[in-house]
Amino acid sequence: MNFRPQTEADRKAMLEAIGLSAVQELFAGLPQEVLLDRPLDLPGPLSELELDRHLRELAARNQSARDYPCFLGAGAYDHFIPAVVRYVLARSEFYTAYTPYQAEISQGMLQAIYEYQSLICLLTGLEVANASLYDGATAVAEAALMAVAATGRSEVLVAEGVHPEYRQVLGTYARPRGVAVRTLPRQGGLLAPEDLRKALGPQTAAVIVQTPNFFGLLEDAPALGEVVAGSGALFVVCTNPISLGLLAPPGEYGADIAVGEGQPLGNPLGFGGPHLGFMACREKLVRRLPGRIVGATTDGRGRRGFVLTLQAREQHIRREKATSNICSNQALNALAAAVYLAALGPEGLREVAELCVQKAHYAQRVIEERAGLKPTFAGPFFHEFAVRCPADPEVVNRRLRERGLGGGVALGRWYPDLTSSLLFCCTEKRTRQEIDRLAEALGECQA
Amino acid sequence: MSAEPLLFELSHPGRRAASLPAPDVPTRPLEELLPERLRRRRPPLLPEVSEVDLVRHFTALSRRNHGVDSGFYPLGSCTMKYSPKINEELAALPGFAELHPYQAEETVQGALALMYELERFLCELTGMARFSLQPAAGAHGELTGLLMIRAYHEQKGEGGVRRRVIVPDSAHGTNPASAALCGFEVVQVPSDRSGGVDVAALRRVLDGRTAALMLTNPNTLGLFEERILEIAHLVHEAGGLLYYDGANLNAILGVARPGDMGFDVVHLNLHKTFSTPHGGGGPGSGPVGVVQELVPFLPVPTVEKEGESWRLEYDRPLSIGKVKAFYGHFLVAVKAYAYILALGPQGLRAVSEDAVLNANYLLARLAPYFEVPYRRLCMHEFVLSGRRQKEKGVRTLDMAKRLLDYGFHAPTIYFPLIVEEALMIEPTETESKETLDAFIQAMIEIAREAEENPEKLRQAPHTLPVGRLDETEAARHPNLRWKPALEAGS
Repeated sequence: MNFRPQTEADRKAMLEAIGLSAVQELFAGLPQEVLLDRPLDLPGPLSELELDRHLRELAARNQSARDYPCFLGAGAYDHFIPAVVRYVLARSEFYTAYTPYQAEISQGMLQAIYEYQSLICLLTGLEVANASLYDGATAVAEAALMAVAATGRSEVLVAEGVHPEYRQVLGTYARPRGVAVRTLPRQGGLLAPEDLRKALGPQTAAVIVQTPNFFGLLEDAPALGEVVAGSGALFVVCTNPISLGLLAPPGEYGADIAVGEGQPLGNPLGFGGPHLGFMACREKLVRRLPGRIVGATTDGRGRRGFVLTLQAREQHIRREKATSNICSNQALNALAAAVYLAALGPEGLREVAELCVQKAHYAQRVIEERAGLKPTFAGPFFHEFAVRCPADPEVVNRRLRERGLGGGVALGRWYPDLTSSLLFCCTEKRTRQEIDRLAEALGECQA
Repeated sequence: MSAEPLLFELSHPGRRAASLPAPDVPTRPLEELLPERLRRRRPPLLPEVSEVDLVRHFTALSRRNHGVDSGFYPLGSCTMKYSPKINEELAALPGFAELHPYQAEETVQGALALMYELERFLCELTGMARFSLQPAAGAHGELTGLLMIRAYHEQKGEGGVRRRVIVPDSAHGTNPASAALCGFEVVQVPSDRSGGVDVAALRRVLDGRTAALMLTNPNTLGLFEERILEIAHLVHEAGGLLYYDGANLNAILGVARPGDMGFDVVHLNLHKTFSTPHGGGGPGSGPVGVVQELVPFLPVPTVEKEGESWRLEYDRPLSIGKVKAFYGHFLVAVKAYAYILALGPQGLRAVSEDAVLNANYLLARLAPYFEVPYRRLCMHEFVLSGRRQKEKGVRTLDMAKRLLDYGFHAPTIYFPLIVEEALMIEPTETESKETLDAFIQAMIEIAREAEENPEKLRQAPHTLPVGRLDETEAARHPNLRWKPALEAGS
């Protein structure tokens, strides 16, 4: 295939205008020693038909969430995406644009991001939001660095119930900046306010908790917020946006920064990406926010318009003094999130959240009743729960696959004391029949 | 075009677009499942709109947005080439789009094979030993690459002293910002009169404290760094590493490879050179490649092949760790993989030939009308200066805004910082001679308007849904979200 419109006649005319006679002369300034003296050793070219066939064949070697019911969660969730989301994303005026540097010709994306920011503020109960970050993990890391800069302190406390990969990324970001990351132990899967109180010190810049946490459990975030309040540290809450259809917004219980993975809002699983990280904070922190922010303003005739604003925080202006190095973010994924939220509305979001809660609780109950598997933790949960398996969880997963069912996430990979536990998730997509099959199969798999 | 209301202004209580099934499991009262004090007291004030409202709203917004599919987009350093439609269809296949990242490896062999093969393609294109697809965007790739450089020096026991990263004064802002994020001190070197790195100045700053030099080649002026081998030698002699910012790789596909120039670490922007659409500000993808010596430091996981199966490898003791959850922007990688296969080796080289041809054609045709700060053949892009027009009281910003009236996106402006009133123009290879000629005509018209009617430029744009927007006001009194009536009134 070839996406170049120039013909040989065009090339000849253009070379003439330049005053050259052959395309090779354009590269005459390159030192001989660096020129590649052989063709690239790559396959192709393929026609569109061959390409289509080859990629479909590769895709067919994967089993997707369409092939068997997906009970996996742990940071990526199999939600239903209304067709209208895909329709809007397929408008190529959006997806073939660059970052909206020239505001007047990019009003569509700018307004959409302004709407996205407004929606994130409504969900989180906070005052400002940025235009998105790469994912939930980098959003946690950026929030930590933001808190360090805002407080002038050097230590970050993170609950053990925060997604293990988020904590790993946090470590990667914190280490070179000399920021100490201390992990707070869990009791019954949760961070105890007492443990937090003991750990807080004069150097604590941020306390990072996730709720619902990695195990699906609801942290006692209001109680944790009370402990943080007045300590001088910032309270960073990582949350699942779908859960906010039912759960109190972090802004209401003292969060200074709310972050999370926005994938559940209208973005496909995509083998882990691209997803989006969302971030909202208190107004007083706005000049410390990383990334793009869209603001409303007016033109010379008083008409409303939208621009990228507060750019004095950013790398293209401040260079090494910027609040972050982020440039490209996840604009199209943020657009998907905005369309999804608008499509559902307040009632629809509550319904999705409640379907998740009801199905997950039903699943936990029937798995205990029919398969005899006890929950690993006792606390209230949203749409994920861990159960203890007598058999090796990896073996159980394999047996479930043989029965045409998706397995759970084996927790032993990150938590050595939880090697017998599997984490299951139920979104609104899981049917009673699928859940019943899972429960029965889990019983059979323990033998 | 009249103003488009905000979603919230379209809201009408009781309307709704999406529908959901009724619960099919026995339900229990929510109070029994979720403690009262953790629950939301009021639903969030999301807009209430019907599906047709929603579609018309976003269709209206899309009409207020310019993409490559709308027209020419000569935004320098951004490589706004056409994105083939087949790639969008392929990335949306359920066998890719509906894979969970924690599925068993046996069930994602096609995805892992694709990642493995794409890594091989990128290695061949750049002369690197291995790549990681994990970084989410170019700047994230810089962060990842610099973390590996840091780990490399630390392993040699020089982490404490090699604290400096050198960047040219023509570098992208992300370079110094990424270096600072990694805890490095940033040292700037000037450019020489021909637009390359001032090698004498570079010699003066290179020493035992140097961790790396970050370069874009061709540089942000669109000029190939002709003394690259000498520069590489100097950096290596000082014990430093050479970092390649891949923003401008579109100029040299199959022509020259960063690895053969002496670069040790390379990040690529799949959303530039490899045609994956930029999405109006992302998702991008910024894979990072390294030479053999730095392979142990790559982020986890890597994709390994054993016989005819593929797996994720986490057991890499010297790895810098994870820079992102899961494995990177997989669906973007699918599009880049398809693009490379569609073009093949000759097609990829032809991409660079036509990209460089198009840029030089524009440069030659525009040179009589604008000041050209560096008079030599350019690579895939070039920089003009609006100094001549500035004397007439017309700024580069005015010319950029006027171009929008002609139906073109503006070039990158005021960058690189070393050129006064800079206009950085990158046509890419996917534009026809007719499109380039129309752009040239518009630029010539604008140069004439600058002489004859400067006020017209200063007031531009004239034909878009909004006129020039007040950015100062936006920053001074930030209005960053819609506020519910109650709150707005308070």
